[in-house]
Amino acid sequence: MAPPAQSHRSPSPSQPSGKGEVSDLKTQLRQLAGSRAPGTDDTKRDLFKKVISYMTIGIDVSSVFSEMVMCSATSDIVLKKMCYLYVGNYAKHNPDLALLTINFLQRDCKDEDPMIRGLALRSLCSLGVANLVEYLVGPLGNGLKDGNSYVRMVAAVGVLKLYHLSASTCLDADFPPLLKQLMLKDKDAQVVANCLTSLQEIWSLEASTSEEAARERETLLSKPVVYYFLNRMKEFSEWAQCIVLELVSKYVPMDTEEIFDIMNLLEDRLHHANGAVVLATIKVFLHMTLSMTDVHQQVYERIKAPLLTLVSSGSPEQSYAVLSHLHLLVMRAPYIFSSDYKHFYCQYNEPFYVKKLKLEMLTAVANESNTYEIVTELCEYVANVDIPMARESIRAVGKIALQQYDVNAIVDRLLQFLEMEKEHVTAETLVLVKDLLRKYPQWSHDCIAVVGNISSKNVQEPKAKAALIWMLGEYAQDMQDSPYILEGLVENWDEEDSAEVRLHLLTAVVKCFLRRAPETQKALGDALAAGVTDFHQDVHDRAFLYYRLLKYDVSVAERIVNPPKQAVSVFADTQSSEMKDRIFDEFNSLSVVYQKAQFLQPSYMFTDKEHRGPFAFSEELGNLSIGTEPSDAAVAAQRVEANDKDLLLGTSEKEEGHGYGSNGSAYSAPSYNASTTAGASQAHFDLVSIDQPSTVHPPVSFAIDDLLGLGMPSAPSSVPSTLQLNAKASIDANAFQQKWRQQPISLSQETSIDPRGVAGMMNPQALPQHMQGHSINCIASGGQAPKFKFFFFAQKEDGSSAYLVECIINSSSCKVQLKIKADEQATSQAFSELFQSALSKFGSA
Amino acid sequence: MISQFFVLSQRGDNIVFRDYRRDVQKGSAEIFFRKVKFWKEDGKEEAPPVFNLDGVNYFHVKVVGLLFVATTRTNLSPSLALELLQRIARAIKDYLGVLNEESMRKNFVLVYELLDEVIDFGYVQTTSTEVLKSYVFNEPIVIDAARLPTLGPAALFMQGNKRMPGTAVTKSVVANEPGGRKREEIFVDIIEKISVTFSSSGYVLTSEIDGTIQMKSYLSGNPEIRLALNDDLHIGRGSVPSFGYSRSSGTGAVILDDCNFHESVHMDSFDVDRTLSLVPPDGEFPVMNYRITQEFKPPFTINTLIEEAGSLKAEVILKIRAEFPSSVTANTILIEMPLPTYTTRVNFDLERGIVGQNADFKESQKKLEWNIKKIVGGSEHTLRAKLNFSQELHGNITKEAGPVSLTFTIPMYNPSRLQVKYLQIAKKSKTANPYRWVRYVTQANSYVARI
Repeated sequence: MAPPAQSHRSPSPSQPSGKGEVSDLKTQLRQLAGSRAPGTDDTKRDLFKKVISYMTIGIDVSSVFSEMVMCSATSDIVLKKMCYLYVGNYAKHNPDLALLTINFLQRDCKDEDPMIRGLALRSLCSLGVANLVEYLVGPLGNGLKDGNSYVRMVAAVGVLKLYHLSASTCLDADFPPLLKQLMLKDKDAQVVANCLTSLQEIWSLEASTSEEAARERETLLSKPVVYYFLNRMKEFSEWAQCIVLELVSKYVPMDTEEIFDIMNLLEDRLHHANGAVVLATIKVFLHMTLSMTDVHQQVYERIKAPLLTLVSSGSPEQSYAVLSHLHLLVMRAPYIFSSDYKHFYCQYNEPFYVKKLKLEMLTAVANESNTYEIVTELCEYVANVDIPMARESIRAVGKIALQQYDVNAIVDRLLQFLEMEKEHVTAETLVLVKDLLRKYPQWSHDCIAVVGNISSKNVQEPKAKAALIWMLGEYAQDMQDSPYILEGLVENWDEEDSAEVRLHLLTAVVKCFLRRAPETQKALGDALAAGVTDFHQDVHDRAFLYYRLLKYDVSVAERIVNPPKQAVSVFADTQSSEMKDRIFDEFNSLSVVYQKAQFLQPSYMFTDKEHRGPFAFSEELGNLSIGTEPSDAAVAAQRVEANDKDLLLGTSEKEEGHGYGSNGSAYSAPSYNASTTAGASQAHFDLVSIDQPSTVHPPVSFAIDDLLGLGMPSAPSSVPSTLQLNAKASIDANAFQQKWRQQPISLSQETSIDPRGVAGMMNPQALPQHMQGHSINCIASGGQAPKFKFFFFAQKEDGSSAYLVECIINSSSCKVQLKIKADEQATSQAFSELFQSALSKFGSA
Repeated sequence: MISQFFVLSQRGDNIVFRDYRRDVQKGSAEIFFRKVKFWKEDGKEEAPPVFNLDGVNYFHVKVVGLLFVATTRTNLSPSLALELLQRIARAIKDYLGVLNEESMRKNFVLVYELLDEVIDFGYVQTTSTEVLKSYVFNEPIVIDAARLPTLGPAALFMQGNKRMPGTAVTKSVVANEPGGRKREEIFVDIIEKISVTFSSSGYVLTSEIDGTIQMKSYLSGNPEIRLALNDDLHIGRGSVPSFGYSRSSGTGAVILDDCNFHESVHMDSFDVDRTLSLVPPDGEFPVMNYRITQEFKPPFTINTLIEEAGSLKAEVILKIRAEFPSSVTANTILIEMPLPTYTTRVNFDLERGIVGQNADFKESQKKLEWNIKKIVGGSEHTLRAKLNFSQELHGNITKEAGPVSLTFTIPMYNPSRLQVKYLQIAKKSKTANPYRWVRYVTQANSYVARI
């Protein structure tokens, strides 16, 4: 209950402001305190109710504390309960007054009525006042031995409360061993369950400092204990069953026989009406059979029906929770669910978050035999009046096409969408058609025939417009009107708000020019003229790049802007398989609903806010923790701070380029690639390649080689391949920071990291230590999963060059972005190789 | 473990608020309410039942307009939390008889009593109305149940079904009736929610029945109960013998795809004679949930005809036919159909001389609504609507309108033909035979006809 003192809620006009009323209550209570007249209890009840109701709506009634305590001398259990509730709410913030209650609570703990003993003990333990713990030990000890199971049940949880107040008092009183005894012999199942939960919490918290506690925690998972619980399974309430099942899911059976025994014993739990029990049982089944492929598959078959039943019974909220788990299983083993696709059809009155899950499942289970029906169903949703739903459905159709089933028919359907003449449908479809063409260039003829008919005026959304423009440029040869449409678009340059569209327009015009020069010349001139005066840094820079390229050599421009492309074979998955496995490990938890594992990592969900950019860093090293061995606490604190500072930067991640001014590094901003599915570096070479150039400083020819990545050794051969680093190099943070600011980026690269290395990222010190072994020192580090940022420093053996590295690691995609600055530009490539080879060994060692 | 539990009114006021672990900030109720209310700027998208905000996980379920919310910082099972919230709502309803804002406000001390015993330091102790009975000492203040929406599907029986005692389902398990004694009675409700999707040519694309056998017992002394279901009931689609001798009766077997049971149910003789035995705990609970995808006869067929009449006009003809016996009557039928966004005006042509029907064009949502109070089995109704458009039709009008969706309630009818053949109460004393009510009802879940 909210202690109103802290509440920010201002009472609404209909609610009493509280002050006058509270002092009235105070006087009335005082009058009643000593009274033994008949009917007193009824009056007290009314007054107590008022106090509690004020407390609920957020009025501070702590000032009547002593009066409440005085009135508590009563045999009326309803009054007692209200008093306990009140005391429990205010004691923590009024420790002095709480002392007043000890007397009557202790007395009640010895009451004849077990109900009163239990209630008093619970209240006593819930006071939450650390300096009163000495008063708890006696009553708790008696409570654990009480003849009544209700009192023992309360006492078992009471021990945990005491532990949180004062761990040492709890341990010194030897309560955990007492709980263990009780857990293994008490007749009452709820007492047993409470002992288990309390011990689990205490031993888990103690395990980090005490080996004994760690051992005790292990014994909970020992065969005798687990079997003891399994044998009493039916005695437990459904909620206690959930706890026991969670314990069992961590147990590692000796052999397959044991696995089958346990599964047979728990089989009927799958028919429980409580979804939490069923999911907990499923977790046991799935985890125990992980290494037995056949049985594991059978388990999937076995749990399908109960899960589907849970999804369709119960409230929408409950079925959402179950559906999220079904979603996880479908994603893991789509083939097992491919004949159940009709269960994933959306119902018109379902909330969007349910429909979205279902669409993903439909996409996943599509195969040769059901694709036609699934796509037909999806097409119905496309015509839906619900626009977000229509969009998601189009994307789903596109994804199925990218899975290579029945592409022919799907392309037809997609093209039909374009003929529906609904703006959102057209927009979404265009984006998809573009992706499809990148994978299946053979369909270009069919597609461009239809796409060519779309008036660009009807396409307003930047992503869609960019897709259309990309196609106009890419297929300029086959689309008759292409130069003229582009020309029209260039004419409206000033009205085009989206930089993404303008960037695409530039590239498309150049591509078109390279094929149909006479027709495009005017458009090209206009576009470049508009581009170089564009206020947007990237557009401006790209226009200049093209301008200079074309001036330098048209054939080089051709090779850069319009190289032969390979079709994309697989679009990268947005979620790594390692992440998926981890979510699977955390089956029956929030991780499944959020589709994010490990959210419990304090550095992640607990500080990462939705309104903050997922990752952002200022250039100010001062915000990062400095030094090679920062303490964990410092790192955590600094991370939060770094995040706060970066609110602005974070929100405009896409526009990141602005901040860097003219040092040329703007191109290392995330790619402007219209595709949301990453990994398109092949087909989008013309755009993506711009992400990788070195700066303007090296000679032009070198830059172009690098740009094209034509297979030449990208590092000039003059650099000795055996770059030696000074093992004792050092620099202080301020000097590093200054140097970092002054120097231009000499190399900017993207690479990937071993997933095993990523696993090591969980320990913030692991990577710096590893790199130090390779004579590369960490100057600063920070970040939160999935993005970590490091600054490294290294020095050439002879001291002639220092290397400064900014290294951003994305632990979910296993991608690494490197920015290297060097005194000797020429050796930066060699250093980069060295750095990458050191990095690649991380995790594998 | 649960950190906090609270119930908010529609306006976001705390009705009850209980903090169990003190590890979540006190303003959480307000933070939660704001987040839910403004989930997406356009207000169209609903907040999911589970979300994380600043490291706090919020779970919520909506029950009769109230928000039941739990918070935690741990990686709890979402099913557990949401199931728990639903159960707390049910337990409160069992005690108060009627669950709504008024009854909660009047009885908040009792609700606190319940919450004290349901959760201790974040761990669930019990949600059983039966067990809780021994811990609760407040007398419920029963509010007037008339014309109040109640929790749960049992409320369906209230409408137009005079044979049922209206107060029964809103009776508290603890409060005594005015006469000072409790009436011995037990309710068994077979509630089926059906989902059907018709293709544009009128055949059934998908159909499903989600059924529940709900029980509410006011019997004293907890006698054992035997519930006999259809002899030809099968569980699991693969379990039906392929030789079909069980179908010789002509009606066909009732085949459940799957089902689950309340923990009090004993299945010892289920395989032999399809009988469930149980000692019903106090309060309302589902004896069994089941799911059927076996084909069944949809209770309504819908026919939609759209004719273009010139470039700015079209006519929609909706025909609905009740395919159930004439002894059965469906209630509160609502037929909805989205119309093209450029529809400006609609003129309706209802059947002459029929009362209890009305049709409306919801301009803001561009939706046609047709209400029918009652439809008797076997009858047919037609609506003609003339649409006026603000722009010329382009393309296919059927891509701009529809689908047609239906909601309805049909008491004393269930398409699965699942039956409670008898309800036996083990007699303990010679007192008068308790009242037994076995009731059936069918409700539309998602009933859609594409055009």
